[in-house]
Amino acid sequence: MSNWFSQNFPNVVYQGWSGDTGWLTAINQTLFMTFWSAIFGGLLGLIFGFGLVVTGPKGITPNRILFWIFDKIVSVFRAIPFIILLAFIAPVTKTLVGTQIGSTAALVPLSLGVFPFFARQVQVALSEVDSGIVEAAQAVGASFTEIVFGVYLREGRSELIRVSTVTLISLIGLTAMAGAIGAGGLGNMAIAYGYNRFANDTTLVATLLVLILVLVVQVVGDFLAKHYNHK
Amino acid sequence: MTNPIISLKNIDVTFTQKKRTIEAVKNVSIDVNRGDVFGIVGYSGAGKSTLVRAINLLQVPTAGQVVVNGETFFDGQSSKGVQIKPKDLRDRRRKIGMIFQHFNLLNERTVAENVAFALQHSPLSANEKKAKVSELLELVELSDRSEQFPSQLSGGQKQRVAIARALANDPEILISDEATSALDPKTTNQILALLKKLNAEFNLTILLITHEMEAVKEIANKVAVMQNGAVLEQGSTLDIFTKPQAPLTKEFIETATNQDKALAAISATDVVENLPAGQLFARLTYSGNSTNEPLITGLYQNFQVVASILYGNVEILQGTEVGSLLVVLSGTEAGLAAGLDSLTDQGVTVEILKGTKA
Repeated sequence: MSNWFSQNFPNVVYQGWSGDTGWLTAINQTLFMTFWSAIFGGLLGLIFGFGLVVTGPKGITPNRILFWIFDKIVSVFRAIPFIILLAFIAPVTKTLVGTQIGSTAALVPLSLGVFPFFARQVQVALSEVDSGIVEAAQAVGASFTEIVFGVYLREGRSELIRVSTVTLISLIGLTAMAGAIGAGGLGNMAIAYGYNRFANDTTLVATLLVLILVLVVQVVGDFLAKHYNHK
Repeated sequence: MTNPIISLKNIDVTFTQKKRTIEAVKNVSIDVNRGDVFGIVGYSGAGKSTLVRAINLLQVPTAGQVVVNGETFFDGQSSKGVQIKPKDLRDRRRKIGMIFQHFNLLNERTVAENVAFALQHSPLSANEKKAKVSELLELVELSDRSEQFPSQLSGGQKQRVAIARALANDPEILISDEATSALDPKTTNQILALLKKLNAEFNLTILLITHEMEAVKEIANKVAVMQNGAVLEQGSTLDIFTKPQAPLTKEFIETATNQDKALAAISATDVVENLPAGQLFARLTYSGNSTNEPLITGLYQNFQVVASILYGNVEILQGTEVGSLLVVLSGTEAGLAAGLDSLTDQGVTVEILKGTKA
């Protein structure tokens, strides 16, 4: 088995396991980038998504100015192609993290790249919460925070999980692109050590690993979304 | 005369959309007394829902005055319309229960959690809240469903959960916004019976918004009829049913008592279609005392007027009988005239539907 593998996938073996250019390192870098940018971008996206819904024309505290601000920020950031955003905000990254390269530096563009996408998804998910339920909560004297957490978040939970899954998968795609600016990870492995060196076996294995990651996220996301749906 | 528990004065609600202004509610004044079941009837789009949302300021009016329990919530005359602090408003809203056409239960919470949601600000201890929830569920006969989710319930059961939630903070007022409109007739009657019971047992004041006059007929003691944002007429249910003024009110009542169908069928019969000269096709509406008088016999004995009854209907409204008859009257010219006068004297409303009175 291992003999067959090293014969057919020589470059994969050459990369090693835990070294600087090893597979474990690449997997860790991808997981690291996905996880932390999901946290930062996710929080930012949630805040903007909620902001858009509660200040929107049909929200619980309609506010044209705030809504306009949220809306424009999200639109502008969504309009910038990610690969350009990477380069464009490099100086910001440098001030924030101290470096422009590496997995940690990639968190800045990744978070900024994913949050507007997520914010729109959150906005759509929360808009599906029946306005009648919100009204019923207001009628029993629920406060702003109770409506945000007790109604929107709770009622929209299943839908939020579903859009988070979609976002997480697209984020994994972005981490591969971030590899292009030296962030490492499986994307970098597939391009720098696979494609650029004509090592098709490396590209193939890196792709398969990304595929598995996506699949796991999808399956877990679908399960949770279904579990929390009582509609 | 006691002070009304809800007093709406000259309420206007106007929505402005880009270039259009929609007057959803126009100069409506309504007083609801403690213990009333006040029906507000009208077709969809008449402004009923918008009007009642002005009571707990879910909809802030454009002008007018909202006074609930002696406290002014809104005064359009004042520079800042809303007279009550947000925190106090939330507190007052807990004393105004509300139920909806589509129930509006929290889908992701169990029946018990839905009721408990309304108790978040209650001064009760955790144990007392628990007891309160089971007491309420018992009241609406859903104790065995407390751990289920709304999606597992039927429409009638969902509405009963909504009623339990609306009653959680022992409100004095219950606003029912088309609460039976999505339910089948049998379930509708169960819900109406429950509302009636709540009104009788707890002296709960109920505002019943509906497009079904049947519901009003069942439980309301007062009624207002709305069209295009304005109240066409209002009064006691008995008065409205026996002496409706506006055409829309008549239409609603005819539908509610099935008279529209009877009238259509009877108008097409040979007797009415080819009504001989000198005969009258008329509707007699009477209530209360006149029900006990032998009307038809009296007509014949005193005026030699023969009345053949084509359709008859008796409703009991607020304990009073209300009857209506579709009859063909025949007799001498003088007899008919005198007979009709005597009916009117006895408090019977006479409407000539076909034929001419001499």
